[in-house]
Amino acid sequence: MKVSIDDLHKAFGSRVRLGIMSALAVNDKLDFTSLKEYLDVTDGNLASHIKALEKEAFIGVEKSFVDRKPNTKYFMTKVGKKAFDDHLNALEILIKSNR
Amino acid sequence: MEKEQDYSKDIAEIRSMMERSSKFLSLSGWAGIMAGMYALAGAGIAYTVFNFNPDAIDYSAIDPGSATSALPKVMLTGLLVLILALVTAIVLSRKKAEQWGENIWNATSRRLLASMAVPLAAGGLFILIIISKGLLGLIAPLTLLFYGLALYNASKFTIDEVKFLGMVQIGLGLAATWFIEYGLLLWAIGFGVVHIVYGMYMYFRYER
Repeated sequence: MKVSIDDLHKAFGSRVRLGIMSALAVNDKLDFTSLKEYLDVTDGNLASHIKALEKEAFIGVEKSFVDRKPNTKYFMTKVGKKAFDDHLNALEILIKSNR
Repeated sequence: MEKEQDYSKDIAEIRSMMERSSKFLSLSGWAGIMAGMYALAGAGIAYTVFNFNPDAIDYSAIDPGSATSALPKVMLTGLLVLILALVTAIVLSRKKAEQWGENIWNATSRRLLASMAVPLAAGGLFILIIISKGLLGLIAPLTLLFYGLALYNASKFTIDEVKFLGMVQIGLGLAATWFIEYGLLLWAIGFGVVHIVYGMYMYFRYER
């Protein structure tokens, strides 16, 4: 199998986006605050990265109300899961072939 | 071209994030050791001072005097042991989390607590009900059993060793049901000795 840098999806170029996907890979759903705690980034920074991943349809949004306060939860879509797995495989092969 | 090092770093970061966001790793070994000490002290007080060592399941029929009169004091002792152990665990785990630059109250710790709370609350209520029916001999076995179930259930949100700890407590709980007369002793082993051994293992394996 031939793997080149092109196989590394551009959406995962940023560490924050990679972090969001990693956290969502092992959690069914996470809200904004939890993601922020795990990643240690600002609201604005996180929001822009989430938006980018949403645009790729890698993550989905679920809006609800908890105690009348809006509560937004994010989850990984099937497309996102596939892209993330492919990304991991590509990383693995690249590391091996460079050795 | 991106370098190999960067890929390895990506992988390391992915792994760390997956672990941090799914497992609560700030449980302190010392908390286990201290909890064990409190439990041993509590069991010792119940046995020597209050003379509490039920050797039969049902106390409503036989001799309602001896074991039942000590019951409120024993329950208070148990409650004190629980509170002391919880406070110690929170304080020490917070300290450990701070060293790692993390918050003790996050999505993972909330899930860990929720997964423990359901079996513990069910067990607690169940035990209160059987106490009211006079089945004092079952208090020790059932606390072990439900605590073990809670640990087993919560183990998926923390280190794998907690699963084994849960199974040990479940086993001791069942043994204590079979050998009712050794209930308090097995309780002291489960909540005391096993916690201390577990805490020491945690300390030497992960914290030193």
